Amino acid sequence: MSRRLRLWLLAVGGAGLAAVLAAACLELPGFGGRSHPYGTRAVRASLARHTANTIASVNFDQRAYDTLGEMSILFAAVLGCVVLLRQARDEHRERPRPAQVARPVRRYALLVVPAALVCGLYIVAHGQLSPGGGFQGGVVAATALHLLYLGADYRALERVRPLGAFEATDALSVCAYLVLGLAGVLAGTAFLANTLLPYGTFNTLSSGGFVPLLNAAVGMEVASAVVVLLANFLDQAVEIVEEEAG
Amino acid sequence: MSDALILVALLLVAATATAAVAQRDPARQALVLSVLGVFLAVLFTVLQAPDVGLSQLAVGAALTPLLIMLSVRKIRRRRRDRDGAR
Repeated sequence: MSRRLRLWLLAVGGAGLAAVLAAACLELPGFGGRSHPYGTRAVRASLARHTANTIASVNFDQRAYDTLGEMSILFAAVLGCVVLLRQARDEHRERPRPAQVARPVRRYALLVVPAALVCGLYIVAHGQLSPGGGFQGGVVAATALHLLYLGADYRALERVRPLGAFEATDALSVCAYLVLGLAGVLAGTAFLANTLLPYGTFNTLSSGGFVPLLNAAVGMEVASAVVVLLANFLDQAVEIVEEEAG
Repeated sequence: MSDALILVALLLVAATATAAVAQRDPARQALVLSVLGVFLAVLFTVLQAPDVGLSQLAVGAALTPLLIMLSVRKIRRRRRDRDGAR
């Protein structure tokens, strides 16, 4: 195909896409209107199952299958990173040197680590009640742990972070999500159907049937996935050294 | 929420996003990206999507810049080692 023909093809495709997009945007409802057909239905469905946070109900009840897909994407992505960033044959590990940290930085980090950890766990635990959930809380808790790297040094972080346990937790929580989904099949309803557990009292921690359980599984998965991911990046940045050729 | 607040948040996002593209040094780009993450989180919260705002705050403002900084550090150290060996 000549260059000229390719440019024409690109121009035709681009013009078609622009026309379709413009037509679609013209049909959009006005900004900030009062009619929200999907929102109204989602809120009704989530209230029927005593889930206070409609987003959590969408993620872990009405569209729990989508969340399974997103969870698998994260799992596969972290697995790929672990494979790519592993210690190669021509590399060796050097023990990181103890680092000097300015005293205010150290004090601030040691003060913030517990607060940030509790904050992350709170966001996971209250995912079915208030904004947040397994994903957000998991990322917050996992990054909070890495404040230790700022406040102390890499060896201190390695001491509080048993990597093997986090890798196992990552895989186990993906399995937990699948098993919870299969429980519905075994009970004779459908995969990931939220019909087995009692829905509980509205706006309490145990409300929403399967929602808190799936939320906790995602929280564990995301927290350990982020820890494993950052651990592999940190290993490469701090410990693993290429051996000189020859 | 009021339109003025949305407009301010949108302008801040546009300004920091442009700054992130204009900045050529990857380490500084990561810092600008972190600021952009915070402003995006504000925008999502103003548009009444606090769940997405929280995700954006955790991933965009903390995790992504951290990963970029670590990659930059690895590459710079490798280059320094190689230059030092010569």
